[in-house]
Amino acid sequence: MRQNGPLALIFHTLFVIFMLAPIVVVCLVAFTPEGYLSLPTHGFSLRWFRAIANYPEFVHAFWISLGLGALSSFVALLFAVPAALAIARYKFRGRDALAALFLSPLMIPHVVLGIAFLRFFTSIGMGGGFPALIIAHVIVVFPFALRLTLAAATGMDRSVEMAAISLGAGGWILFRRVTLPLILPGVISGWALAFIQSFDDLTMTVFLAAPGIETLPVRMFLYVQDNIDPLVTSVSASVIAVTMAALILLDRFYGLDRVLAGKSDTGR
Amino acid sequence: MSAVVDTAPAASADERAARAPWVLTAPALMLFVGVLVIPLTMTVMLSFHDWGQYKGIEPVFILKNWREIATDPYYAEMFWRTFRIALLTTLITAVFGAPEAYILNRMSGRWKSFFLLVILGPLLISVVARTLGWALLFGGNNGLVNKLLMSLGLIGTPLRFMFTETGMVVALAHVMMPFMVLSVWAALQRLDPQIENAALSLGASAPTIIRRIVLPQIVPGVLSGAIIVFSLSASAFATPAIIGGRRLKVAATLAYDEFLNTLNWPLGAAVAILLLVALVLIVVGSNALIERRYAEAFR
Repeated sequence: MRQNGPLALIFHTLFVIFMLAPIVVVCLVAFTPEGYLSLPTHGFSLRWFRAIANYPEFVHAFWISLGLGALSSFVALLFAVPAALAIARYKFRGRDALAALFLSPLMIPHVVLGIAFLRFFTSIGMGGGFPALIIAHVIVVFPFALRLTLAAATGMDRSVEMAAISLGAGGWILFRRVTLPLILPGVISGWALAFIQSFDDLTMTVFLAAPGIETLPVRMFLYVQDNIDPLVTSVSASVIAVTMAALILLDRFYGLDRVLAGKSDTGR
Repeated sequence: MSAVVDTAPAASADERAARAPWVLTAPALMLFVGVLVIPLTMTVMLSFHDWGQYKGIEPVFILKNWREIATDPYYAEMFWRTFRIALLTTLITAVFGAPEAYILNRMSGRWKSFFLLVILGPLLISVVARTLGWALLFGGNNGLVNKLLMSLGLIGTPLRFMFTETGMVVALAHVMMPFMVLSVWAALQRLDPQIENAALSLGASAPTIIRRIVLPQIVPGVLSGAIIVFSLSASAFATPAIIGGRRLKVAATLAYDEFLNTLNWPLGAAVAILLLVALVLIVVGSNALIERRYAEAFR
């Protein structure tokens, strides 16, 4: 194939600058020694990172997000793994409709989901609670958990299972000792992608996150709506750093293009 | 296809195999009916309820909210703004994202994966952090973007980006760009590089190759990327809320306002349901068109 010409490389450079500029700017402003928004021209300072510690709302929101992401992704997998096995292995009536239903949260705008969940949970008396938040997140991350598990289950070599069956294994033992280990890479990446989705979600969560159970994106959003100061840039810079670390790990172990291809069709 | 032990009589094994998929999907199905289908149905019903400042929500069946949306030009203007912003965002991502995907695809292995990480990585970074970055870049008359544009001599006086549609479109284009690049990238993976080489050996010039060989083959990728970008932009919340401020409303931010500030839930529900229906119609319609036109590309 032909090489990229100089014009193409100039375009590429400008494009990369465009993609990175807002992220770099947030990270730079976070290191400002001044008390107001500015690029650090006279040396770097960690004062705004230290300031996070004096603002417990952000720290609390971080733990809420972490717990919510881990828990909802795990619960989603409890439902998604059996469903993925059924869809991958059996041809049955209504299979396509079921798959479409399970992937439908990708199609529905998150603002609609947020409204629907808010209406539903307040009318059954669960409004403003952490359990409601977990259930809502399970629905939203379910398609991601399902899709990567489904890919693993479809691509799995069934002959190992057949061998186990011929040796007398069945039921739970068969699943626990043979099937699950074989699809585990898909399940773990499904969990990771689901976790990222849950951790990043703002639009749906902002409707359900009552004071005390605000997630980090919700806390950041409400803060930014009131005023933009260096504190929220240092919080953002920390979030960016954590995401980058997770990204590099995910890329090493699984291949980012495969994870993102799972997200591409819609992922909100 | 039975994954069960074969000690039972054949008939009952078959029966179990027929039941197995339903047993396996039942928990997820119950979850989805209980916590997705029912809440969505309740939201549709909510949009027909009455609401008053002092009486709250009244569970009656009236068309008040729908009539208000249909007759008050405020809503027409707001929906028009929402779709205009989404369309512009889609155009920008297509015009810049497609060439970038092509350039990326021609890079050698290590650079390719490095820049793919750089361009797709932002997808996983919190959208609040990314939009905050744009708010900082735009910031007032002496924001960095204005300083840069003025020092390049592209503009004489500073442009307004914050609280304008221009700013929203630029920031949204940044948020949505990875989806377009990814979609075109996927289309390029199906393209056989030997066709390009063949055209080159037959004496075709670079512009001809782009126009006659590359472009026709990546159009399905651009179009499916456009559908994703359009539907995500039309329902975007964080970026319009932060860049647009409290005045410049789009569908998602207006619904949010009705729910959490004005507390007129029935009206907010009607706005949200209308957005959902419009998007489903647009997405399903254009999907059908594309699949008919480019049937072989999706085979």
